Formats: sequence, structure tokens, C-alpha cells
Amino acid sequence: MPITINDTPHDLPDDPRVSLLDFLRSHAGLTGTKKGCDHGQCGACTVLVNGVRINSCLSLAVTHDGDEVTTIEGLGSPVSPSEMQMAFLRHDGFQCGYCTPGQICSATAMLKEIAAGWPSDATEDLEASPQLTGEEIRERMSGNLCRCGAYANIVAAIRDVAGESA
Amino acid sequence: MSVHRKQDAPDERNVLDTTKQGVLGEPLERPEGLLKVTGTATYAAEFDAENCLEGVLVTVPVVRGKVTSIDRESALQMPGVVAVIADERLTGRAAQGMAGEAPFQPAQQVCYWGQPVALVVAESFEEARDAAKHLAVEIDEDGDEAPLDPDAVEAEQRKPTKNGDLAHAMTQAVHSVDATFTTDGHASAAMEPHAAMAQWDGQSLTVHASLQMLKFNRAELADSLNLKEEQVRLISPYVGGGFGSKLGISEEAVGASLAAMELGKPVRVVMSRQQVFQTVMRRSETTQRVRLAADGEGRLTGFGHEARVSNLPGEEFAEPVLQSSQFLYGGDNRLLQLEVARIHRMTAGSVRAPGEAVGVQTVEQAMDMLAEKAGLDPVELRLRNIPDKHPAKDKPYSSRKLAECLREGASAFGWKEGPRKPRHTREGEWWIGSGVASAARIHAVVEAKARVTLRPDGTALVETDMTDIGTGTYAILGQVAGEMLGLSLDDVEVRLGDTDMPPGSGSGGSFGASSCGSAVFLACEGLRDTLAEKLGIEASDLSLKDGFALWEDEKKAITEVLDGKAIEEIGHFEPGKSTEDYAVASFGAFFAEVAVNHWTGETRVRRMTGAFGFGRVLNARTARSQCLGGMTWCIGNALTESLLFDPTDGHLANCDLAEYHVPVHRDVPDLEVLLLEERDAAASPIQAKGVGELGLCGGAGAIANAIYDACGARVFAYPMTPDRVLAAMPEA
Repeated sequence: MPITINDTPHDLPDDPRVSLLDFLRSHAGLTGTKKGCDHGQCGACTVLVNGVRINSCLSLAVTHDGDEVTTIEGLGSPVSPSEMQMAFLRHDGFQCGYCTPGQICSATAMLKEIAAGWPSDATEDLEASPQLTGEEIRERMSGNLCRCGAYANIVAAIRDVAGESA
Repeated sequence: MSVHRKQDAPDERNVLDTTKQGVLGEPLERPEGLLKVTGTATYAAEFDAENCLEGVLVTVPVVRGKVTSIDRESALQMPGVVAVIADERLTGRAAQGMAGEAPFQPAQQVCYWGQPVALVVAESFEEARDAAKHLAVEIDEDGDEAPLDPDAVEAEQRKPTKNGDLAHAMTQAVHSVDATFTTDGHASAAMEPHAAMAQWDGQSLTVHASLQMLKFNRAELADSLNLKEEQVRLISPYVGGGFGSKLGISEEAVGASLAAMELGKPVRVVMSRQQVFQTVMRRSETTQRVRLAADGEGRLTGFGHEARVSNLPGEEFAEPVLQSSQFLYGGDNRLLQLEVARIHRMTAGSVRAPGEAVGVQTVEQAMDMLAEKAGLDPVELRLRNIPDKHPAKDKPYSSRKLAECLREGASAFGWKEGPRKPRHTREGEWWIGSGVASAARIHAVVEAKARVTLRPDGTALVETDMTDIGTGTYAILGQVAGEMLGLSLDDVEVRLGDTDMPPGSGSGGSFGASSCGSAVFLACEGLRDTLAEKLGIEASDLSLKDGFALWEDEKKAITEVLDGKAIEEIGHFEPGKSTEDYAVASFGAFFAEVAVNHWTGETRVRRMTGAFGFGRVLNARTARSQCLGGMTWCIGNALTESLLFDPTDGHLANCDLAEYHVPVHRDVPDLEVLLLEERDAAASPIQAKGVGELGLCGGAGAIANAIYDACGARVFAYPMTPDRVLAAMPEA
């Protein structure tokens, strides 16, 4: 079975060393997913695999036989941006823009994780449903680094989207 | 046509306050924002080229030595490998900002651990990476005697500033402070690793690169390759962060170019994150002695700031730690002395806010210590010591909102007035406290050109090789043009980052907005003159708004005035005497509240307020974001960021983002920013100063002072990691 990226099937690479990140950028031509560290330390390469966020640099493309991958391009386009993309724009949740696709993919999946009741280090009561507090959002987004320092605006953007859907 | 102005006197006309569009300063969204949030903005490594080869730099684990041989043959036997580039033109260091000439060559002369010495080029990235890892390099090593410790070598003294007799003032002082601080080295750690994709057509070289200052970078690259500048074109429409690390060219741009020229095919080189840490700029570690002498009322009679920094042999740059100490506070008896130790660590150069980013916070801690001795509110002590004129040069300040920032910041933060006594509030394991610091950053402007075209359809086009590194250049240059030409931002197209366009200032030193904004402003002044001439009126009688020309009771669409013909002007701004005749700088104040854990020494910043005055605000949204960014850096600077070098072999031990700790989401609380509008006529023709770095200049001192106020630990070493806080924690 091929790998499906943003609803389009692609053949997997011959070279088993190709990471999912490099496959997206160099083979599938989807450069919206960024390489910041190639070691799972910065989150710029975050994509959704079967709906769950992962660091695509830490995963080999050939291991994704049959998987459905959604990248930033799959979440929305300049003509039809997603709610989260619009919120980032509205709140200036980015500056240089390089960590931004990862932040947006991560935030999109993160809200679903809270809705599904997944706890985090910031969750006070592990028995109860996690609340959408600033601390929860910050903890769950801490794998996505932003060196420009747009964190305060990113959190505002995420809260905006969470508030609208709540 | 071209409008040239060298600013030799303040521009008091405040033209931009008389225009009618009302778009300048507005908190508008970035015009390129939609591309960035949808992943469709194209960064250096992402340009498409057919048959593009991939290059990977080869670095060596030696602190000093000379490459004697490279086993190209074995590498060329490996799958996909097409070349091993070890040309004499390959550079071994990053170029300093605005160098405009080749950095250190040849790369085969090794001066620091991790220096690149060759480039392996292959058909795929995986093949190139594998071959680069296996490339055998022999080195005549000479590292045993290479100095690695900045405190163990004799340092070169830079020219001091001396007024009066500081030593005597210290003995006569009613209250005095004499304290020595250290700050560890910092990395820019821009999120986009250094990248270049080069193409050579036999005559000319085109390089898509991630660089901040294209006109200088073009000269640096041409000089490195022995080409004429006209043969080199650089393209950088989007730069994934710079913070100084991309002021000058680095090894990937030279390597990709050499390979493309040798192979006649496009070549892409992207540094690994580890290579960025190991080979690009570091901010030097510093040791700083601060001496303050004051009278009984806390007024400074003496001010001393001495600093030791380091760099590689042959590098002119020395972290300008004392830059704002020259003018921030008074004190007739002054001594400011900088010295440079020559050691073998990677090049020291500009990292966001060079100088002030480490120099202001130590002075601000010393001021806090003085306030305690004098029994004064720390805010009041600062207000008492704002000098009337430049304390060493007898010249006036052009504009300064320091007192207003301290007062309004204090009010917004809810600062409790009065002398501070540590350990006043405890919540469980946590001590809670607050601290203040002033902010100061020198102002600079740089020669810049921009072309503005008013097109027959009434829209405008702004073109310059200026970059937007996240700073908001696309927005603010569009807003300056829109304001001057009576257009909404939607009707102004801004094209940046291509050396085929007029040379701007480049992004660095917080001077991009005021310098390039002034070039756009001048071009638009010329266009307004042309429109007035076409209408047969005086330019001073012309107003432009929403695409219409207005004068007296008349109104005519700009499209009609143009009558099917585009008009264009090149604005050419040059700094002149106005910035020499005045002390020109940006100022502000920081307030921070922290919680310090009594048992672990961990510090959490709970909230922070910054108030800043930096001349005319060109876009309140992007300006605020710049301040937020600076304040975020303050948190890293105060608590976590530190380059750690192995004392035995000189290698950087924490060369990645897992081990070098930049602030993450959970480290950064809600931050409050106040923008205090002012007009600085001496700063630039648009009365604007810089804001890109101001938010980082002193704020770590507010956090340090808050730590002391919280738990009584006065820490003299940055970053204030738990072990350091715990060691300084009082027993009782």
C-alpha cells in the first residue's frame, strides 16, 4: 500500500534511510513541513499521521506504509485556510514563520487530545477531564520551539480557536 | 529618478503626521502572513531546481591544525557521490556583520573544534550525509597549546572611556557597589538552519540563501569566490530567523557556490543543527565588574563598567558590553573598559542585541543592590539617576522615554513602591518576588535604497533587497508607502530579498525599519512632488487619501493623474551628522514577577511587563511582537541559556536544541507590552528608532532582581540555573 499524504497517494522511497520529513520535503514537494533540528528537539516538522501529531524527522518514510499523513498544506491553503491558520494570522502568532507550520499542526492535534481527555504534566486531576487552561496549552505545546518568541501570541491564537469551538 | 538625503540635522517636519491615509502605525496583519501560516512561503532550501545535487559539510574534531590530506577517492567510490569540494576558497568561519569581504580562508587551516573543511556532494541527501560521515581527513594537529579558557590568557585592552577619578569617588561614596558578574555564551539558534541553493550558468551565480544583509553578503560571497559582485545574485524573500547568525555569509553558501561552479549543476547545502551551533556565531561569554558610587540620596557620583570578552585570533569583533553604559546613567567619575581574550572557540559575533543583551542586566542588578543600600525604591533610584545630557560627551539626548517607561510600566505592573526587603511572600514551597530593570539600546541607521513605483492602476510597488527575518518588513514598508501615497496596505505590493533590486540596509542592529523605511519615505516624497507637478500645484498643498489626490476643494483619482503612465523614484537614505550630534537611543523598562522554589532553586517567571519608547511606531502589532520576542529572550538569558565548552578539548558540549535551552512555551507566561509613542527627529527622517532588540536589553536583570526579592539569593552568574540559585540561597 502506498502512503497517503493530504489525500493523495505516493509511492514510498527506495532508500530506507529517507525520513518522513525528507520524504515530504524532497520527494513529495511539500516544503511546508520544516526541518529545524532533524533530531526531534524543535517540533518544526510536526505532521499528523492518522490524526496524531508526530515529529516527522524521527520517523522513516518506509515505516508509513498505508498511513494517512496530513501536513500544513493539508490543513488549509491561502485560498481556504483553516480556523487555526486564521487565528495565528489574527494574533500574529509567528514572526519569521519557520516554526509556524509545526506549531499549527501541533495545536490542531493538541486540542483534539484535550477533548479526548488525554492528561498532561499540567493536569491537576488525572481522574477528571483536562481543562483548557493556559498552563495546559503551554505544557502540551512545549515540544514546538519558537525562537522569535511568539509564544504569547501563539497561546492567544490557540485559546481563540478553542473558545470558538467550545 | 532618485531622491537622495543625507541626514545632517533632525527632521522636525514630522511629515508622516500630516499625511491623511492613517495607515502608518496601525496594528495591521502581515501581508505575507497567509503564506507563512499555510506553509507556502518559500525558504532558502525550498526552491525547486531540476537535478539539484545535495551537499553536506564535513567538520573536524580538532581545535587547531592544518588539513594535510583528504581521501577523495574512497568517498567518490560511495553510492551517489559526485564530488568532494576542498577548494582553497572554502571559508572556515562566518563573516561578521557588514564585513563586505570574504571571511577566513582557507578552511583547511583549522582554528576551532567543528570547523568545516570540505563539502561532499551527492545525488541524494542521504548519500551525501553518509559519505561526509565517512570521509577520511588527515590533520597536522597543533591543539595542545591552543588557549581555550578566556580567563587564562592575557587580554587585549580596547580604548577606555575615562572621566574624573572613579577609584577616588568609590572611597568618598556614601553608598557604593562593587560587584563582578559572569554571563555564559549564547547561540542565536534561529529555527531555520543555514541553507543555500546555488546555480551557476557559466557566467553568473544565483544563490537562494538564508541571509540578513544581502548587499554585504553579495560582496562577501563574490570576494570569497573571486567573482565580481555583478556576477552574484542573492535571493532571500523569507528568512527563518537570523538574530545575528545570518548577518554575514557562512560556509554553506560558499560551499554550495563552489560545488555549483565546479559541477555546472544546482547544489543545495543545509547545515545540520549541530553544525549551526558549532560553526556559526556565538555570543561571547563575559566577565563584568560594575562599580557604582553614590551620595546619601542615591545619586551616582561614579560609574564603572569593565568587561572581558573573547574571540578567535584575527577577529575584530568584541561583544560591545559597555555600549549603553556610556549613556544610560550619570556619574561624573567614569571608567568603562573592554578587553578581548584570544581563544579557540568558534567565531564570536553578533547575537540579538550584541552588547546590551548581556551588559545592561549586570548594571541593573548593581543598581538594585545600590537601591537596597540607599534604602530607596529601585524605581525611584533609577529615576534619580537619569542624566540631563550624555554623561561623557556633553551632548543632548534626541528623545528619551526612560522615566515615562519606568513610571507607566510600574503602574501597569502594579509595582509596590518603597524599599525592597527579600522573602516577603511565600506560597507553599515558592518564594514570590518582583524586580525592575531599565532598558536601553543604541540607535543606528545605515545607508539604504528602495524603489517605489506608482503604477497606472493606482497601486504601488516597493522594491529593495532588504530582508524580512520575522521583523515585519513587508508590513511596515508597505505602510510607509501607503501613508505617503494615500493607499491602503492592500494596494501596496512589497518585494524584498533579491540583490537585483536596490540595496537596502539589511536586517541587523535594529536599524532595518528606520533605515529602509526612510528610503521608502524619500522615494514617496519624490513621487508626491511629481504628482503635484502634474496637477500644477505645490507639493505642500497636496493630500493623498484612498487613491485620490486632494487639494483645496479639488479631488482627482490618482489613476487619472497618472493617465496610464507609471512613475517611479529611488529613495536613497544616508546617515549624517544628526545621529552624531545627539545621544540617540531607545529606552524602556522591565518589570518581572517570579516564583523561586525554596528546595530546588528553580525559578519560574510568572508575569512580565515591558514599556518601551523607540520613536514612531510603524506597526503596533509587529512592534509589539518584536518586544514580546525580546522579553522571551530575557527569560532564556536569565534562566537557561548557556554555551558549555569542554575545558580539555574545546568542543561545544551542548550543540543542539535539547541541550542548549531556549525558552519553550511553558517557560513563557502572559507578557504585557506598552508602546510609548514618541517622535525622534534626529533618529531618522521618519522619526523612528529600532525595536528589534530593545526588548532583550536589561530584562534578565529584572528577573535577577525579582529572584533576590523573592528568596534573598543574589546570583552573580547568568544563567541563574537552580544550582546557582540554591547555592546563593540564604540559610535562614
